[in-house]
Amino acid sequence: MIEVKDLHKAFGTVKAVDGVSFTARDGEITGLLGPNGAGKTTTLRMLYTLMAPDRGQVRVDGIDAAVDPLAVRRRLGVLPDARGLYKRLTAGENIDYFARLHGLPEALLASRRDGLIEALGMHGIADRRAEGFSQGERVKTAIARALVHDPRNVILDEPTNGLDVMATRALRQFMARLKEEGRCVLFSSHIMQEVAALCDRIVVIAHGRVVADASPDALREATGEHNLEDAFVKIIGTDEGLAA
Amino acid sequence: MSAVDGKAGRGAFLTVFLKEVRENLRDRRTLTSAFLTGPLLGPILLVLLLNVTLNRELDKAEKPLPVPVIGAQYAPNLLAALEAGGVVPGAPVADPERAVRRQDADVVLRIAAGYGKAWRKGEPVQVELIYDSSQRDAHTAVERVSRLVEAYARQQGAMRLVARGLSPDTAWPLRVARRDQATPQSRAVLMFAMLPYFFVITIFMGGMYLAIDLTAGERERQSLEPLFANPVPRWKILAGKLAAICTFSTASLLITLLAFAVVGRFIPAGKIGMELDLGLHFGSCVLLLMLPLVLLLGALQSMVAAFAKSYREAQTYLSLLMLVPIIPSLVLAILPVKAQAWMYAVPLLGQNLGIMRLLRGDGLGAQPIGLCLAGSLAAAALAVLATIQLYRSERLAISA
Repeated sequence: MIEVKDLHKAFGTVKAVDGVSFTARDGEITGLLGPNGAGKTTTLRMLYTLMAPDRGQVRVDGIDAAVDPLAVRRRLGVLPDARGLYKRLTAGENIDYFARLHGLPEALLASRRDGLIEALGMHGIADRRAEGFSQGERVKTAIARALVHDPRNVILDEPTNGLDVMATRALRQFMARLKEEGRCVLFSSHIMQEVAALCDRIVVIAHGRVVADASPDALREATGEHNLEDAFVKIIGTDEGLAA
Repeated sequence: MSAVDGKAGRGAFLTVFLKEVRENLRDRRTLTSAFLTGPLLGPILLVLLLNVTLNRELDKAEKPLPVPVIGAQYAPNLLAALEAGGVVPGAPVADPERAVRRQDADVVLRIAAGYGKAWRKGEPVQVELIYDSSQRDAHTAVERVSRLVEAYARQQGAMRLVARGLSPDTAWPLRVARRDQATPQSRAVLMFAMLPYFFVITIFMGGMYLAIDLTAGERERQSLEPLFANPVPRWKILAGKLAAICTFSTASLLITLLAFAVVGRFIPAGKIGMELDLGLHFGSCVLLLMLPLVLLLGALQSMVAAFAKSYREAQTYLSLLMLVPIIPSLVLAILPVKAQAWMYAVPLLGQNLGIMRLLRGDGLGAQPIGLCLAGSLAAAALAVLATIQLYRSERLAISA
């Protein structure tokens, strides 16, 4: 479970995140929806302790990120906005590297890696160097790398960005599977269809603030709009920066 | 779904170190720079340069030396003496000043028309040597001709005295006896003033691409952010990477020392009365002196590269940084100072002085070695701490 309370983060005079609070529960997919530049990535970066918030608190499975960032990172699987792989290593070696950084013993490492390669359909690329991977292959490798330590909480920053239809479909199925396994899945997106199709809970962010936090149905009810897209536009006040 | 809390498995330090080494062993550019061009450039350049220089010096000392002579007909005896000394008198040139400036001739001898008359009267006569001292190349030739002329003059003077029943000693009440204390080894030092810089450059090139990769490279390919999402303190990641840099640069240094030891045998230093010992003892002493520099330079390189936004930018910064270690070599070449004890504690300068002492064959005591190691290690520790501090900054991880 990921709990966020009143997060603030400013870069100079720009308030990137200005009082964000929400909770992402186990066994649910929580979507962070907002136009580009709304503060989604900055919020997520504070969750996985890459940045320290100016104010506010992040708790993962009850652990305060400011107190024990290493324990928090151990409980998180993160697909950051930056998906960089090591090009001179194979997909398998990329995964192994992160597994070892998590301190996995070699035997466990091998079985986890093979399991993920199976689950993500990466057989063709496991022994290939990451140089020249397609966007989809890169994302798969980055996800396998992020989940190799079997984290209870999964954070995905715009996971379907740049993927084709087939790869997007496969990824959505994979996320549904993570949910069924009882994990807490938190992902950000600026694509409404995706959020609507996947999420148990939607947190809408605009201008660094949470402007709505509810289930898709509740959002529709609250705005009085039958169409979810219209509901979003009504909540955010503009349709700028969103994609259908 | 269990988080593994630090049991079993490799340590993070070793994991990062092994990954960096493996990854960089697969990069041709890194390999070439660390194991080929970096360490071999110095020795090859040196042996080529030295061979050319030495052979030229040797040639000039032994070979017949053509010298244009103006007014040869006035002084046949002088010319005979010069010829006996290996000078080949050539046809007179119209404009000797221009000829030497244009390097058509190293030196021109001009004998005045009144030479014969003055000589017979017993009056002092003058012969002119026309040369350009800014042409270093002509130096040996000028020396040779002038020595021959002076020897002839002394000899003739002595004969005149003897003819008048005087001892030649009356004309030379004082004689200078030169006692040169230069050993064959110390003479070699003059030619090897740049050797310490070669070693520094090698260390530099060995670790350069890894250092760029460490921050600027990771940032450019956007892999730093995922890396920092792992439950490993940043200083441990940095330590693993620094260790990889140091391993590569130490390997480069070893290769270059080995190459110098091999190449040292092909330098005909003995022919011009020099002795050069670049063997095992020299190599191990240099290695010892240089080890703290390996760490210092590795940390400095990572620090400088961390300020760069891209790979190219980092390359530019590092090339500039590479010029810094040349300073002590240059200063010592221009202003030869007597080594004070404290100088050994200054990083780079200490190594420079130490290596020069080794080359002179003077040996190196425990005190200068200790000072050199302590000073450089302290500087290296500071640089590492500063780099760790820099590595902690929030901005470092964020790509673009």
